[in-house]
Amino acid sequence: MSSPPDAIVREATARGGRRWLDAGTLTPVIAALLFGAYAALQMRWDWLGTYYPLLLRGLGMTVLLVVVTSSLGMLLAIPIGLVQVVGPKWLALPARAFCTVIRGTPLLLQLWLLYYGLGSLFPQFPWIRDSVLWPILRQAWPYAFLGLTLSYAAYEGEVFRGAFKGVPKGQLDAARAYGMSGFLMFRRIWLPQAFKRAMPTLAGETILQLKATPLVATITVIDVYSVAAQVRQQTYLTYEPLLLISAIYILMAVVITKVFARLSGQGHDDTAFRKS
Amino acid sequence: MLVGLARSLTIALGAFGLGLVIGVAGALGKLSGGAVMRQALDLYTTIVRSVPELVLILIVYFAGADLINGILTALGQAKIDFNGAIAGIVVLGVVQGAYSTEVIRGAILSVPRGQIEAAQAYGMSSWLTLRRITLPAMLPFALPGLSNLWLIAMKDTALLAVLGFGELTQATRQAAGTTKAYFTFFFAAGCMYLLATMISNLLSRRLEARASRGMAHV
Repeated sequence: MSSPPDAIVREATARGGRRWLDAGTLTPVIAALLFGAYAALQMRWDWLGTYYPLLLRGLGMTVLLVVVTSSLGMLLAIPIGLVQVVGPKWLALPARAFCTVIRGTPLLLQLWLLYYGLGSLFPQFPWIRDSVLWPILRQAWPYAFLGLTLSYAAYEGEVFRGAFKGVPKGQLDAARAYGMSGFLMFRRIWLPQAFKRAMPTLAGETILQLKATPLVATITVIDVYSVAAQVRQQTYLTYEPLLLISAIYILMAVVITKVFARLSGQGHDDTAFRKS
Repeated sequence: MLVGLARSLTIALGAFGLGLVIGVAGALGKLSGGAVMRQALDLYTTIVRSVPELVLILIVYFAGADLINGILTALGQAKIDFNGAIAGIVVLGVVQGAYSTEVIRGAILSVPRGQIEAAQAYGMSSWLTLRRITLPAMLPFALPGLSNLWLIAMKDTALLAVLGFGELTQATRQAAGTTKAYFTFFFAAGCMYLLATMISNLLSRRLEARASRGMAHV
């Protein structure tokens, strides 16, 4: 929400509160230092030696999940958003229904429906059992990737629907007046501008996607969270692994924010559009 | 499963309510509190919003149980076992609080400054200003965000299944496990969540229309 009062407040703090060592900036620093010292001295970290290869593997899985599912989800989301704006009824309605259903049910339930539900239906059909894909379908990760991709696609479909709708009509009329074909217009004018509008939301949604990944641990996919849960069960340490992965997740969220800031920094004129 | 659904909705309602209380307090603290207060609240909202709910729920659950039992033993009382519903409400409420702090802060900031100044000019105390002017005036700005949060609260109750609370998802898993009809049961639970979401959508649209009557639609 970048309303005028917000900007005024920000300006005021920038003018008045930008001294380095005032109480406001010191509090979190002191808190972090105190907490860090407490964590280092009072907590047990010796399990890290045994578990760090597992942790790294889990971390790799988490990163892979976020990157793959959000890119695939984005590819799905663009047509889903588009058909809701310009598509014929028989395409727009299913797209709309898809978004409503996925957004209206918990992701955990969707994952369990896919993994336990579909997974328990599949063996009943001999032709699936005999197919070459069966060894893959028996594992958990395809369901994790599928579930997360569908979920991201549904949430992003809504974002893109708004973004496509928000591109000013005049831009499209101008493109048509230049004699651009439908596809060229979509590629050069409509999609880039919709992207620019969707960018800030996409960053937030991708962080939400990151935060959704630990759910795959419940269907036996080994990500960084499930490693922490394993440490907890084997060493009876509750807080240390949880705090460590919290820190990891915060770091990853920061990285995602930075990546998206870099991506949207390519076009500097985006403010001009938001005002119209 | 219907009992599970009722429990889910109770927990969601409780968590949402608690979140609202934390949200209003947090937003006021952020807007008019001192530097230390502001930074502390910033820390709270940033951390809660960037750590996965599942991890947070576990941390808050264990830390909360330890804390309360610690206080109780210090007072010489016996340790208590946690009632699942209350723990769920508190845990999700803390999470919801961070999100609603941001929503309400944004909404209060969009209330025209002149309205608050006018209230002060009438000699209203700050509490009266808050109750009569700021909160009602920010409501139309906050409602879309809040109704979104309500939907999130409802879906987040499913996460409590991981802790073993008997809410809808957990009840479904047990039923599915006993009957081996996994697909049917999870599908049915999905329909229940969907129905609850759609009814909430309908209600929140009504509420929004009511709260923003008399306002120019921009």
